[in-house]
Amino acid sequence: MLDHELINRTLSTALSTGAEFAEVFVEDKKSSSAMLDDGRVEELTSGRDRGAGIRVVVGDTTGFAHTADLSTAGLAAAAEVAAAAARGGGGGTRTVSVGASGVAAGAAAKVLPEDVAKTTKVELLARADAAAREVGSQISQVSARYGDSRRRILVANSDGLLATDDQIRTLFSVSCVATGDTGLQTGRESVGRTIGFELFDETDVTEMAQRAANRAITKLGARPAPSGTMPVVVGPGGGGVLFHEACGHGLEADLVAKSASVFAGRVGEEVATPLVTLIDDGTMAGEWGHFAIDDEGRQAAHNVLIDRGVLTDYMWDHLRARKEGRPSSGNGRRQSYQHLPMVRMTNTYISNGDADPDDIVSGTPSGVYVAQLGGGQVNTATGDFVFGMTEAYLIENGEITDPIRQGNLIGNGPEVLKLIDAVGNDFAMGSPGTCGKDGQGVPVGDGTPTLRVKALTIGGIAA
Amino acid sequence: MATANGSNGTELLDIATRVAGWADVGEQVEVFVAEELETEVRAYQGAVESFTSARSQGIGVRVVADRRQGYAYAGTLDSSALSETLQEARDNAAFAEPDEFNGVAEPDGVAPVDFDLFDPSLNDFSTDDKVALAVELERATLAADERISGIESAEYVDTRFESAVATSTGIASASRETGCYLTTYAMAEADGETQTGFGYSIGRGPAVLDVDFAASQAAERATRLLGAVKPPTSKLTVVLDPWVTAQLLGIIGGTLSGDAVQRGRSFFADRIGEQVAVTDFCLLDDATNIEAFTASVVDGEGLATRPTSLIDSGVLQGFLHNSYTARRGATSSTGSAVRAGFKGAPGVGSQALALRAGTRTPEELIAAIDDGLLVQGVAGLHSGVNPVSGDFSTGAEGLRIRDGALAEPVREITIASTLQRILLDITEIGNDLQWLPMSAVGVSLVISDVMMSGA
Repeated sequence: MLDHELINRTLSTALSTGAEFAEVFVEDKKSSSAMLDDGRVEELTSGRDRGAGIRVVVGDTTGFAHTADLSTAGLAAAAEVAAAAARGGGGGTRTVSVGASGVAAGAAAKVLPEDVAKTTKVELLARADAAAREVGSQISQVSARYGDSRRRILVANSDGLLATDDQIRTLFSVSCVATGDTGLQTGRESVGRTIGFELFDETDVTEMAQRAANRAITKLGARPAPSGTMPVVVGPGGGGVLFHEACGHGLEADLVAKSASVFAGRVGEEVATPLVTLIDDGTMAGEWGHFAIDDEGRQAAHNVLIDRGVLTDYMWDHLRARKEGRPSSGNGRRQSYQHLPMVRMTNTYISNGDADPDDIVSGTPSGVYVAQLGGGQVNTATGDFVFGMTEAYLIENGEITDPIRQGNLIGNGPEVLKLIDAVGNDFAMGSPGTCGKDGQGVPVGDGTPTLRVKALTIGGIAA
Repeated sequence: MATANGSNGTELLDIATRVAGWADVGEQVEVFVAEELETEVRAYQGAVESFTSARSQGIGVRVVADRRQGYAYAGTLDSSALSETLQEARDNAAFAEPDEFNGVAEPDGVAPVDFDLFDPSLNDFSTDDKVALAVELERATLAADERISGIESAEYVDTRFESAVATSTGIASASRETGCYLTTYAMAEADGETQTGFGYSIGRGPAVLDVDFAASQAAERATRLLGAVKPPTSKLTVVLDPWVTAQLLGIIGGTLSGDAVQRGRSFFADRIGEQVAVTDFCLLDDATNIEAFTASVVDGEGLATRPTSLIDSGVLQGFLHNSYTARRGATSSTGSAVRAGFKGAPGVGSQALALRAGTRTPEELIAAIDDGLLVQGVAGLHSGVNPVSGDFSTGAEGLRIRDGALAEPVREITIASTLQRILLDITEIGNDLQWLPMSAVGVSLVISDVMMSGA
């Protein structure tokens, strides 16, 4: 993407004001999407973003500048701005020589989306639309979206690191509206993988559309959600968002360093019931939060965060790790070359327990069963978090019964981790997500087996 | 007139009109070109944690040919990218299905309001002054109350944004604006418990930024939640803080988009002329209000912005339209095309929602409530509110109201109702209208019969 000579020159310029660390991040991203709505393929969009972000660190101060101009002059100008922003005192010259052969990762895609005809992509949308409408006359509207991206990155820094990656992601989603006597209801289904167009060899968009349509129709008969605190069983795959919010963000070292996390200073302590083993793993090939190297050039890793209830480690990026004199855990990520990297999750999951999922439900006299979660949000400093339920049912006398309407659940992370009293053996990954932090969105995956929280607050309106 | 980077002000419009001029016969082309300069300074422990200096540019092209629409964008204004982007949009259009209502906007004779959202003083505001403000903001927040234990972030941000829209149908409009803001997130601690609060100050230029206002607001919001308990579940009257009201109005604005209505995704469809809210409720979308931080002269399709009455005395008046939904609904655009940057075609949505103020102060509203809840903040609006069905459920924190006075703080609760019910359960609107850095006005709002779910 850039030749070594130009990288070295840019890094030297970035170090010219006396910085101890400088980094060049180059990104070339191509995206394409197609949208169907209202029975018609409405629009295809394609785009390209290409540029470099230059980071300079002096003491505890980071200077950052970015440019879409990858010429010698453009990179030099950005490097000077970043260096001036960091304003080191020392001055002087340091020459940099990045590794002759860095970590290079190839695309894992079998079928590059850019090699697939647009008509083939569009055809998927029409198939999903037809399948959803066939489910029932209550389906009054369908939208479907296809998206792919190819993101090639290069990271080089003044420690001599040089690494590249080629990240290919493919996504498909279907949303349905059902209309009935009770008004309008919605159902959604999405699949996203860090692979190419072969996604559709393993994913049947017809089945996805049927699931989304059935979800909307089922909700037409939904009762108002209950209010108050009760046991909650979360189905396989769905519970990932719960952990992402309940403790994932709180285990990010940048928040921990500022004491903006309820988990600060608690490594080695039992923070969850022994049923909980929480892992963040960027190496899970094909998953939505997978990559070969993070956006600081560090190889993705399998990181155990909570081992049978005991907090073992936080997630780290380059800056926070460097300060603690330890290696990064491969969690330094950024939305694009226009953003500074920070600590982010990848694929975050709870490993299997040994309970039979049916026994978990039948062992719950009354409560709520959440089959599909929406997004969530957490205040890491207090630990309070919410997550939405987009498909949920009552549990009455140990059986899943009536559907309930959409709403939020609220809990406190450290408390909820101590209230997990059953973990099933039916692990599954959940839907692809976009995690937002400080205004930056990055793709993340999550997964869980069926599990039960003894007490969570359901934000419904029924007494 | 200086552009964001100090060059000739007509540069972006020149690019947009040039590319729009490349339209083939029988083809409509719309070109959106934008440039943004941003400075962000984060302070931590009395020093600069990070300093970001960013300049970004991009072009987005919409092509409509044979009533088929295609879109393409590029994050650069290099001359080679311009023709490639047009070509790519053209190619994309060929694969979409025809829609008789597709098309770009046409000039409609409405003159844009004449106001300047660009504060040139920002050009002269030095880097040292920006750094000093961020550092001072952190210091002032820490000093605002002895219980403030730390700062999650304290930052100064400024932006200079300039854009132009040109079409092959004769639209050629340009606009520019500046913005400056301070935001601070404080942590307060007492008896091993932590609470958080944010504060802000915002303006078109640096002169109006008020460090003490932001700092004291963050400190008050964080400290007044100390000692918060999880209350039992009950149905009660809530008073929404202006910040929360602005978020609620934004969601309601979404349900009033012509697009949601025409595609069967709004519970307001077919209800024009009906009483959908209490009679005190008068909702207007008006990007020509210069007080709004989201004010603008033209919309995302280059048409003049204009005031649009949506709900008057509780009666639904109409919906928001861009040129597509207007054609489809056999009406005129309300100048409500909105864009999220250059990476997508314009949609339709509210830009600056205003609510008619009531007569009483927030204190008077609270004094009239025996048993209630002041909602200071909400969490999870994106996950617990469904604008299609109207289901409304959100995490909340705030203070109980007892016998007309603020009482103990509460946390880890949800409040729930439906959007339809909320509009009919509003019992009073405060007189404390304030424009916040959002696309809707803030004001205290009293709503009865809301379920508070807790222990």
